[in-house]
Amino acid sequence: MRDETATLKQTPLTALNIELGGKMVGFAGYEMPVQFPLGVMKEHLHTREKAGLFDVSHMGQVILRARSGRVEDAALALERLVPVDILGLKPGRQRYALFTDPQGGILDDLMVANRGDHLFVVVNAACKAQDVAHMTAHLSDLCEVTELTDRALIALQGPAAEAALARFAPEVAGMAFMDVRDVTILSADCIVSRSGYSGEDGFEISVPARAAVAVTRALLSDPAVEPVGLGARDSLRLEAGLCLYGNDIDTTTTPVAAALEWAVQKVRRSGGARAGGFPGADVILPEFEQGAARRRVGIAPEGRAPIRAGSALYLSETATEAVGQITSGGFGPTVEAPVAMGYVPRSLSEIGTRLFADLRGKRLPVTVADLPFITPRYKR
Amino acid sequence: MLKFTDDHEWLNVVDGIATVGITHHAVEQLGDLVFVDLPEVGATLAAADAAATVESVKAASDVYCPLEGEIVEVNDAIRNDPSIVNSDPQGAGWFFKLKLATPAEAEGLMDEGAYLALVG
Repeated sequence: MRDETATLKQTPLTALNIELGGKMVGFAGYEMPVQFPLGVMKEHLHTREKAGLFDVSHMGQVILRARSGRVEDAALALERLVPVDILGLKPGRQRYALFTDPQGGILDDLMVANRGDHLFVVVNAACKAQDVAHMTAHLSDLCEVTELTDRALIALQGPAAEAALARFAPEVAGMAFMDVRDVTILSADCIVSRSGYSGEDGFEISVPARAAVAVTRALLSDPAVEPVGLGARDSLRLEAGLCLYGNDIDTTTTPVAAALEWAVQKVRRSGGARAGGFPGADVILPEFEQGAARRRVGIAPEGRAPIRAGSALYLSETATEAVGQITSGGFGPTVEAPVAMGYVPRSLSEIGTRLFADLRGKRLPVTVADLPFITPRYKR
Repeated sequence: MLKFTDDHEWLNVVDGIATVGITHHAVEQLGDLVFVDLPEVGATLAAADAAATVESVKAASDVYCPLEGEIVEVNDAIRNDPSIVNSDPQGAGWFFKLKLATPAEAEGLMDEGAYLALVG
């Protein structure tokens, strides 16, 4: 087993993950825990009931610092690559963003924080090298692009996350959803955001690599906190209706097709003060009026069988031509039923539309469903 | 006669009928099961045919027919409550009963000691 993971990169928490009984797999070039001894189902439920701790150090942490020293210049520079209002992002606040390509597709999704004198960006592990190269190529005239390779990233998610983190940093209790602050945890200089990828309240904590094990052990010493692997991270985000890059969004999906209109603020849309000016604007902006040909929707299978990514969607039990496809699917432990997301033609995207999914040659009835499948509990 | 396959199925052969399920080791690898799809009673399957499907939260896996035979009974209890497979994989969590086409072929499969050495 070890041979398979021999060429994989480790995070500052890999040894601790193994010590905690993590079942290690290769993911985006890193040796990561897919689950711990609790198992995917219980890790998922524990996160929704109390708190789960996730090592997400494989994700990329990048600093954008304007050569002028003004964060506004870094914001305007980054706006050349994302259809998102970065200039309007206040110090201490974070926002979801998308890198788009000239065809209107999505190169990656990311989180952007205004840290007062610079921007702090978190990108997906699998896209990290490409994203850093993309930013370096397009922003270097105005910004220094620096990947932080000496930090871990820990997600602490769930209703007990606030109390667990406040034991070491009481000030986090005063943070609202999408706030970002400098926080000292066990003498380590951390960057804490009140955000995550589970549909629960919680935090993402950027920790200096040398302090990562101590901070993680301290958080895990709270009986409400259990280590959680990538398996439950996926089922949690799927129930919360959150996109997984590479499955639900990629270069073939536009922001409108992906039902991510909310991520494109009015100021960047047609008629806005800083409309366009990002790759693919000529494709993306007209879709806000006309709609996209297909749309990402929730899919609720009617039976007990999970329907997974890649499964084709049909209009009837006998139709020969697929009309859509599942892009993420599995069992939702909290909703106690299979849950999925996929793309269908806009004419079939209305909630309640009945379709059929192919599962190992059988056609199973599914219904277009509202997303998310659970009620998110973000602290607004 | 208790026998095992390297696909992590067990079979208990009594009078030419094999009760088939998946091993403790298989269940540990799969994690909590959420769905089990069983074959039709009366189906005739060849060795290594996909006979059943198990789904955990994270993935689907096939359960193979260990030897050629006819499905004579399936365990509806695990259809209704897949967690029985997790709690008692080599007992109440059996999958199906197979009337072996050639019962003597079962003797060629691994015994428990050989299987435990394989997964050890």
